[in-house]
Amino acid sequence: MTRTLTHLERLEAEAIHIMREVVAEAEKPVMLYSVGKDSAVMLHLARKAFYPSPPPFPLLHVDTTWKFRAMYELRDRMARESGMDLLVYQNPEAAERGINPFDHGALHTDMWKTEGLKQALDKYGFDAAFGGARRDEEKSRAKERIFSFRTASHGWDPKNQRPELWNLYNARKHKGESIRIFPISNWTELDVWQYIQLNDVPIVPLYFAARRPTVERDGMLLMVDDDRFPLKPGEVPVERSIRFRTLGCYPLTGAVESEAANLSEVIQETLLTTTSERQGRAIDKDAGGAGMEVKKQQGYF
Amino acid sequence: MTDQAIYQTDALIAEDIDAYLDQHQHKTMLRFITCGSVDDGKSTLIGRLLYDSKMIFEDQLAALENDSKKVGTQGQEIDFALLVDGLAAEREQGITIDVAYRFFNTEKRKFIVADCPGHEQYTRNMVTGASTADLAVILIDARKGVLVQTRRHSYLCHLIGIRNIVLAVNKMDLVDYDQKVFDAIVADYSAFATSIGIESFTALPISGFKGDNITALSANTPWYAGPTLVEHLEAVEVISSADAAKPLRLPVQWVNRPNLDFRGFSGLIATGSVKPGDEVRVLPSGKTSTVTRIVTMPSGPAGASATGRDGDLDEAVAGQSVTLCFADEIDCSRGNVIAAADNPPQAADQFEATLVWMNDDPMHVGRAYWLKLGSQTVSVTVQQPKYAINVNTMEHIAVKTLDLNAIGVAEIITDKALVFEPYKDNRALGGFILIDKLTNATVAAGMIHFSLRRAQNVHWQATDISREAHAALKNQKPAVLWFTGLSGSGKSTIANLVEKKLHRMNRHTFLLDGDNVRHGLNKDLGFTEADRIENIRRVGEVAKLMADAGLIVITAFISPFRAEREMVRAMLPEGEFIEVFIDTPLAEAERRDVKGLYKKARSGQLKNFTGIDSPYEAPEHPELRIDTTAITPEQAADLIVDRLLDGA
Repeated sequence: MTRTLTHLERLEAEAIHIMREVVAEAEKPVMLYSVGKDSAVMLHLARKAFYPSPPPFPLLHVDTTWKFRAMYELRDRMARESGMDLLVYQNPEAAERGINPFDHGALHTDMWKTEGLKQALDKYGFDAAFGGARRDEEKSRAKERIFSFRTASHGWDPKNQRPELWNLYNARKHKGESIRIFPISNWTELDVWQYIQLNDVPIVPLYFAARRPTVERDGMLLMVDDDRFPLKPGEVPVERSIRFRTLGCYPLTGAVESEAANLSEVIQETLLTTTSERQGRAIDKDAGGAGMEVKKQQGYF
Repeated sequence: MTDQAIYQTDALIAEDIDAYLDQHQHKTMLRFITCGSVDDGKSTLIGRLLYDSKMIFEDQLAALENDSKKVGTQGQEIDFALLVDGLAAEREQGITIDVAYRFFNTEKRKFIVADCPGHEQYTRNMVTGASTADLAVILIDARKGVLVQTRRHSYLCHLIGIRNIVLAVNKMDLVDYDQKVFDAIVADYSAFATSIGIESFTALPISGFKGDNITALSANTPWYAGPTLVEHLEAVEVISSADAAKPLRLPVQWVNRPNLDFRGFSGLIATGSVKPGDEVRVLPSGKTSTVTRIVTMPSGPAGASATGRDGDLDEAVAGQSVTLCFADEIDCSRGNVIAAADNPPQAADQFEATLVWMNDDPMHVGRAYWLKLGSQTVSVTVQQPKYAINVNTMEHIAVKTLDLNAIGVAEIITDKALVFEPYKDNRALGGFILIDKLTNATVAAGMIHFSLRRAQNVHWQATDISREAHAALKNQKPAVLWFTGLSGSGKSTIANLVEKKLHRMNRHTFLLDGDNVRHGLNKDLGFTEADRIENIRRVGEVAKLMADAGLIVITAFISPFRAEREMVRAMLPEGEFIEVFIDTPLAEAERRDVKGLYKKARSGQLKNFTGIDSPYEAPEHPELRIDTTAITPEQAADLIVDRLLDGA
C-alpha cells in the first residue's frame, strides 16, 4: 500500500501547482513580498516550484518606508540568495506629502500600501500578482477564491467571483484586468510556522523574543525601531523582552511580551495564546466587522 | 464543553511542544462540505466544530458575543452562524451566499470544511465546494425530515463523485432526542439514497447548537452507540490514498529548462506513483522514455522528512508536485500527459458529458467555448442537450439549452484530441470547465462519461493537392470577405458590386448570400439564437472549404453575434478573414426597409428580428468599416477591393 500524504505535503503540492499554473498562463506575473513569515513561505515555495530554475518572476516590495530595519535587511539578503529581481516601490505622492503613521492614521495605509500597490502594478504592467493571504486570517478572506480577479481599477467584486472547481483555474482576463493569486489560501497560521521549522525558512528575527526598546500607547506595545519615532512628553522607551506575531509598519505593529526565543517556543506560545493573529494590527478595526471586505473592494491586497 | 478527551492537546502543547509538533506534522488532511439550508443549522455546526477544537480566539469570541446580541438569531445565546457568514451582505440578510472555507484540527487530522449555501439558486456554489471534497455532511432538521433540498444536495454530492456521505440529523434537542424520529428519517433517506445510486452512508443524531454527539457521545441519546461526528471524520479514507493505487497520470504544467543540460517536466501527479527507472509514455504523441530523476529542491535540515527533505526522490505518489527528467529527448510540453507506458489513457475529440451550467448567460448550442481539463485547453462546441435533470425529482426533461444552475447531459466536440479518462475513474482527467471566449467567465463544470465511437473512426484523409497549389493555379491569394450588419444595411448590394469588380479583374470569386443559403443548405434552420449560431457555423465551414479551393469568398450575412464571427476567423489562416462592417444605423436601415421586414417586425408578425427583439453585436475591431450614410455603394465597393488587393 502506498502511503497517505500528510496535510503539509498536500498543502505544499497545492501551492506549487498553483504557482506553476500562473507562470504557464499569465503574461507578466510578480510575487508580492512583504518580508513577513507568510511571504517567507511563499518565496520558499516559489523556489521549490521552479527548481533548479530560479522563479521566473520578480519580487515586488510595496514599501511604506516605515518597516522595521530588520525587515529591510532580510529582504535584500533573500533577493540575493534566490537570484530573483527585487523591485521596491514607494508611492512618490505619499513621500512628497510626508505621509506617516504618526500624523495620518488610516491615510498612511491607504496612500503607501493600497495606492502604492495599485501604482506599482500599473507601472510595471503586471497581470498576475501572488500574495500570501490565508483564509483563516479573516472572515471575508474565507470566501475569497485562490484566483481573485480585479477590474482595471483594481476593484474586487465578492458577489461575482468565478467558480473554482477541482484544481482547475481559469486565468483568462481582458486587457487591463489583473489577478491576485493566493497559493497558501488553505494554510493556517500553525501550518506556516511548522513549514518554516521543517524547511529552515529564514524569517525576520523580530518574530523571536529579545530585549528591545518599547513604549506603551493605547494599549499597544510599540517598538522604538529608529529615531523617527516621536516620543510624547514624559515617554521614555523601556527595555522589554518582546516579539511580534505579525510584521508591518513598526509604528502600527503591536508587540507581545514574550520569552519565546526559538521556533518551538514561538509555536507553543501561538497555540496557547487566546487572541487572534491580526489583533495586533490597527487595520482590521476600521469600519467595524466588514473592515477588510471594504478595503479589498477598494483594491487593498 | 463536556468533553476534553479529543482535544486534550493543551497539556501536551504546554509540556512537550516538540512532541505535539511531531504529532501535528504527521496528520493527514480531510476536506469535506456541509450541505443544508440556513435553517438546518449548518453554520451553527461549523461554528461548533471550530469552537470545540479551540479555533476561536478570545477577541473573536468577544466580537461574536457582541454581534450575537446585535444581529444574532439565537436571542441572548451565542450565534455560531455569525462566525462563518463572512460577507457583509450575508450577515445583513442572515443567509449564506458563497462557499466559505474553515479550518480545524484534531489529534489525528487537519480538516478543511467548505460551508456551502443551500438554496437552489446557489447550486453552482455547492458544486464548486463539493468538487474538492472527500466527504459530505448532509444536514437534516429532525423536525422536518427528508426534504426536497436534502434530495438535491445528496444528488449533487453523488454527481460530483463524493463517496463518503454523512447524514447528520440535527436539532435532536428539539425533538426530545427521540430515537423513533431518528430511525424514521434514516429509513426514509435510505430508500431515496439507494434509488439514486448512493451505496452507503453514515447517519448520526446530533445537535450542533447543544453539542450532542459532535465530539463526544451524548448522554441524551443513550440509544446511539456511535461514532461521534468527529470520530467518523477522523476515520474515513481520503481520496488521495485511493488515487495512489491507480496507474500513473501526470498532466504536464510547465517545462523546466534553466540551461542546455537540464530539461524537466513539472506537474502534480493526478494518480499513481513513479520511481526512477519507470517506463513512461507521453500522450497524445505516444512516445516512450524512462524516468531518470524525480527532482525537488533540497531544503530543511539534513535527513528531515515530510516536506523538509533533500533533493531527488526515490518515489513520488498521487498528490505530489514534482519535476521528472527522462533518459531520451522526446517531445513533451504543457498539456501533455505523462502516463504509465503499459497503461496509458485514451485521446478523443468527441465526448458525452454531464454539464452543470454556472453562468447567467445560458448555454449557446454550437457556439465555441474554451474547455480546460488538467493543463489542456481546447476549443469546443456543445451540442443540444440530450436531456436536463430536475435536481429535485431526478426526472429527465427535454430541453433546448441549459440555464444557470441547470444540469444536463450533452455531446461535446473538440477542435483537437484531448487526453482524458471517464470522470468516475479519474477526477483530474475527467473533470473540466468551460470558459466563454468573449467574457472569459467560467460558465460550466463538466464531467466526461465516455468518448463517442464515431470520433475514433473519423480521420483526416491526406490529399496531394494542397490549398497553396489550388490558389497558385488561380494566381491569387484566397480570402474571405465577411460582411456583417443589420438587415437592410446594404450588405448584399455592396457584396454584389465587389464581386462584379473582382470578376472583371479575373479573380476567382464566390458570393454566399444569406437569403440564398437559407433556401438550400440551411433551409432546416429558423431564426432562434441556436439556429442563427448554426447558420453561421455552416456558412463558415463552407467559406473555409472554398478558401481551401483557392477562391475569394464574399459572404453577406447579418451574423449578429461576435462569438460566431470570431469562430469563423479562427477557422482560417491568419490574415485571410477580412471582417467588413456595413455600418448603417438602425433608424436608417428601418427607414429604407427594402424588404418590408422592419414593418412586419414592429407589428409583431416577425419574431427574433435583429435590431428589434434580437441583439446585434457590432464588431469591435473590423478590418474595414463602411459608413453607408457617408459614401455610395460604388465607393464602398472600391474601398473594399482596394483593401483586399493591398493586403494580398
